[in-house]
Amino acid sequence: MTEAQLMERPQAAAGGTLLKVADLNGWYGESHVLHGMNFEVGAGEVVTLLGRNGAGKTTTLKAIMGILARRTGSVIHDGRETIKLPSRAIARMGIAYCPEERAIFSSLSVEENLMLPPQVKPGGFSNEQIFDLFPNLKERLSSQGTKLSGGEQQMLAIARILRTGAKLLLLDEPTEGLAPVIVQHIGQTIARLKQEGFTIVLVEQNFRFAASVADRHYVVDQGRVVDTIPNSELEANIDKLHAYLGV
Amino acid sequence: MFELLGIPPQALFGQLLLGLINGSFYAILSLGLAIIFGLLNIINFTHGAQYMMGAFVAWMLLNYLGVPYWGALLIAPVVVGATGIVLERLLISRLYHLDHLYGLLLTFGLALVITGLFRNYYGISGLPYGIPAQLSGGQNLGFMFLPNYRGWVVIASLVVCISTWFIIEKTKLGAYLRAATENPTMVGAFGINVPRLITLTYGFGVGLAAFAGVLAAPIYSVNPNMGADLIIVVFAVVVIGGMGSILGSIVTGFGLGLIEGLTRVFYPEGSAVVIFVIMAIVLLVKPAGLFGRTA
Repeated sequence: MTEAQLMERPQAAAGGTLLKVADLNGWYGESHVLHGMNFEVGAGEVVTLLGRNGAGKTTTLKAIMGILARRTGSVIHDGRETIKLPSRAIARMGIAYCPEERAIFSSLSVEENLMLPPQVKPGGFSNEQIFDLFPNLKERLSSQGTKLSGGEQQMLAIARILRTGAKLLLLDEPTEGLAPVIVQHIGQTIARLKQEGFTIVLVEQNFRFAASVADRHYVVDQGRVVDTIPNSELEANIDKLHAYLGV
Repeated sequence: MFELLGIPPQALFGQLLLGLINGSFYAILSLGLAIIFGLLNIINFTHGAQYMMGAFVAWMLLNYLGVPYWGALLIAPVVVGATGIVLERLLISRLYHLDHLYGLLLTFGLALVITGLFRNYYGISGLPYGIPAQLSGGQNLGFMFLPNYRGWVVIASLVVCISTWFIIEKTKLGAYLRAATENPTMVGAFGINVPRLITLTYGFGVGLAAFAGVLAAPIYSVNPNMGADLIIVVFAVVVIGGMGSILGSIVTGFGLGLIEGLTRVFYPEGSAVVIFVIMAIVLLVKPAGLFGRTA
């Protein structure tokens, strides 16, 4: 399938396209990592970027968020081009990013970490909603941010962007290195967020987890989207996917 | 009257007070350096010149505009802080992507230029600046005589240091500052204007130096070299306390001032070098400084 055909595939979402990435190129210094990423995300959808290590999934999220220094092409969010904007302006449009390394601040308490991101849009989660979702955090508010367990740090990293009112969440490998019971909790959380109307772009290595939460999967290889698989057709495409991921 | 190890108490307490006064200046100056280094990753060698500028602006306000000490205490830090903001926007901000060394060279060069300009216009003999009338005189504490102005310097310095510590450690603004010190990219990705935070932080650190300069004006003569003399010791204080540690720089500043005072009583020959000896020992035993965190 050519990239042009990929672009023309009808979108599943009813709410229209929230994010449209077209011919996105990105560099780390001299190293050209993204070679024309094309994909779309409808409002209220959960889509994943699947692919091997080094395929460009994390770099794609960084490019959308504006924290990749050198990027070209087009990233349209809610009808507005963002490719030239600094990351703080992109955040203010209602896009929030949860990085793979979680980026919990060690010099801040859990509460300060949670309250750090400013509200950018109305309609963010209240503290009650957050503690309902992640009861563990409530008991640890005065702890140092990095004294939390890995799972709790991941929850904190997700919780703090739910307060901001951002409706498009970029989650980079939220299950990495976590115990199965916590992976399950994060899966339930993502399902709940979808119900609440959030739009989520999820980077995952674990496609079994991805299959449990996503509407659609984009397969990324060498800085391009090479295939699109609706979640309903995942089982039928499982051999192809194994080949892509090199499992 | 009692004597301690053959030292008359007047001499002991007198030197301790002098140590506390010096410690006040070490603390405010190293605090500003620590804040700037934490967020900007720049070792601000211009700090001594900016301290001197604070004293000069106070002198100019009094002699050209008739603004007294209390007005200068507020206005001089704002004026000098504003020059710091211009400096940061025009020059320093261009160096963030480069090695520490470039920031050091730029700020060191700027210090030489600023000091040279003041020396050119005002000479090096020093200009007098009187103690404000409200703080002239002193208190007899029984064991020693405390000049009011010196007591005020210690109190003002403590208040400024503790307030700064409070802002950084206990407020939302301080949380932004600490977070941006750790991971500016992520803080920017939350929608916070990190470049503006950096500019204001530099302005604030410079303002602290100028505040110390105004406090110093009635004690030391207002002199273009006053900062250069002090800043070397302050850098030693920062190294001992640990680069970038807020509480560390305050405690170390006052502590080393006292140690210096005690040395002057018990071994006067060593008082000029004691801080550098301590610095060498700390660097050998705990290279990150007493309060520093190893990366």
